[in-house]
Amino acid sequence: MSPAFIIIAVVTLFAAAAAMSLRNLVHCALSFVVAFAGLAAIYLQLDAQFVGFAQILVYVGAIAILIVFAILLTRSDAPANRAILAPGWMVGIAVATVVFATLGWTVLNSAGLPGEMPPAPEAKVKNIGDALMTQYVLPLEAIGLLLTAALIGAVIIAMREEPPKAGGSRGDEAEREGRP
Amino acid sequence: MVEKLDQIFVVLKQQALGFVPDAGRPFVSALISIAFIPLVFATLFAFVTVLERKGLGRIQNRYGPNRVGIPLTKIRLCGFGQFIPDGIKSLTKEDIVPRAADKVVHFLAPIVILIPVLLAYAVLPIGRNMTAADYDAGVLFFFAVGGAVELSVFMAGWSSRNKYSLLGAMRAIAQMISYEVPLILSAVTVIMIVGSLKTGDIVAAQNHYTFGLARWFVFTPWGLAGFILFFIASLAESNRTPFDLPEAESEIIAGYYTEYSGFKFALFFLGEYLGMFAAIGLGITLFLGGWTAPFSFLTWVPSYLWFFAKLLALIFTFIWIRGTLPRLRMDQLMNFAWKFMLPLALVNIVAAGLWHFMDHGPLRWAVCSALIFGSYAILGRGLMEKQKLGKRIYRFAD
Amino acid sequence: MTPLQGCLLVSALLFAIGLAGAVTRRNAILALVGIELMLNAANLNFIAFWRYGPHPEALSGMMIVIFSIAIAAAEAAVGLALIIAIYRHYRTVNLDEMKNLKG
Repeated sequence: MSPAFIIIAVVTLFAAAAAMSLRNLVHCALSFVVAFAGLAAIYLQLDAQFVGFAQILVYVGAIAILIVFAILLTRSDAPANRAILAPGWMVGIAVATVVFATLGWTVLNSAGLPGEMPPAPEAKVKNIGDALMTQYVLPLEAIGLLLTAALIGAVIIAMREEPPKAGGSRGDEAEREGRP
Repeated sequence: MVEKLDQIFVVLKQQALGFVPDAGRPFVSALISIAFIPLVFATLFAFVTVLERKGLGRIQNRYGPNRVGIPLTKIRLCGFGQFIPDGIKSLTKEDIVPRAADKVVHFLAPIVILIPVLLAYAVLPIGRNMTAADYDAGVLFFFAVGGAVELSVFMAGWSSRNKYSLLGAMRAIAQMISYEVPLILSAVTVIMIVGSLKTGDIVAAQNHYTFGLARWFVFTPWGLAGFILFFIASLAESNRTPFDLPEAESEIIAGYYTEYSGFKFALFFLGEYLGMFAAIGLGITLFLGGWTAPFSFLTWVPSYLWFFAKLLALIFTFIWIRGTLPRLRMDQLMNFAWKFMLPLALVNIVAAGLWHFMDHGPLRWAVCSALIFGSYAILGRGLMEKQKLGKRIYRFAD
Repeated sequence: MTPLQGCLLVSALLFAIGLAGAVTRRNAILALVGIELMLNAANLNFIAFWRYGPHPEALSGMMIVIFSIAIAAAEAAVGLALIIAIYRHYRTVNLDEMKNLKG
């Protein structure tokens, strides 16, 4: 494993641990961004260029900003007065340790993993586009539908509901004014 | 001789690499390509700040800075040495950090704005064979790192613990996210026609000449509409007038960088202008043919000179628009992005597809132009419906 | 330790960190952040196996990660919209205080 990979992996893991344990939520969100950027760098190391750039575009450029806006809109950026950990947090950490121990033991003692490193694959964007349009066209259309549904659903769930006003035309006018 | 002048930087780099042992060659090659970018574009930034102040001054019927030429001499150079005292001023001003500010995030915000913006220059083809990193997914890389700028805007606005900074930051982020969509969609038309995300391929596809005129994409109906959409969206992405509500001085002091002084403010300024140049550079690559000459009898001019000439022409247009148009209000801004530019960008994609599949001839020109112009008329009429425009009324104070 | 095992260990550790965070923190938004970390760990797993496994030219690992990123984006959007709607009702995003099923 190259030293570059080790450094990026260590930075990513530290950022992820910080994202889950800092008190100030905005600091958590920013370490989250560092973790994603580190993951994108690991993807680039593994010759998955398109996925690495898509990871930065979607996660750092959109999801991180969504999370930050949600933190601000729910007033969670003020310093928390109470404890930040849920009751029974020790059980949670114990479970996570057991999960990691199981996965790690499986990975290190598995005989089925390939030994040598195969040559770098030709993951050109043209091949990805061809595959998306021929072999994977059904998941592509399904994802389009899913994203549309998620977009409309998110807007409807988060939309501010107008309280019903008494009186016919005045109520309609107030509703029309109130809607952005 | 013409080719030698064109490729002079490439040849110089090869000769410099000849002095380096084999093991360090890729490293030094990358270092030379990378060093070139801040050197050239930071100098361009210095030049453009003075150009902007003089240009704005002339539009407002006054001279801009016209005294500082070469410092410590009496040579005036029409004021183009103004960037030297400006740089010294920003370096020597006191660096004030508010007491309640979040020190780490406040410190990191100007750095976080500068890094993605400098990264974006790696995929721009500045001349023939002169791209720093011609990735397979180059245009995607550009938009990916462009999206990271919004995070730095938030960091600057939030860490200052100032209501106005936060408000300016939220407005700026909302504006940048809204205008990213027409920006990317107008670039998608070019990618669709060329069939590749590599910037080198996009420029090579425009490097043909019919009857002496280059086949740039801006000379097609969908390309013209796409270029205008890209131009307006990059005006909004760089927070330039008429989209500079989040940072205009008469609106919100300075928006998200109110609490920054001295060198950090200079870094924000630098980051914003470099972002502007990068967006213009991508627009030139996608629609105006990158480093190719407009007429076939002008191909003897070196390619990098063409790139910088187009860049300077578009920068001058940005400055011209800044001095001429009034500011858009926040809701007008958002309406414009979502209700006008987005549908127009989608119609543009359909028009580009029709263009690709129809035969050459006047029919496809007529169909595509009718589609684009028709939807522009309908959308424009739809947005203007609620406003009553009558004769201009002048009111004078008594 | 082969490079593949290194990547898989990193992915397992990321998953464990995400799981610990999602389960122990009180704030609903951080639970969502933990879930996103777990999704990313799974993506890293897919890419590692695509790179070091047989037939990387079939691009199946890359494809599933592309779709997974899109799905994660949709899920984050809807999840955060839910959290904002809940905040408007309960005035808190503390998961311990959202105990009533009736609104």
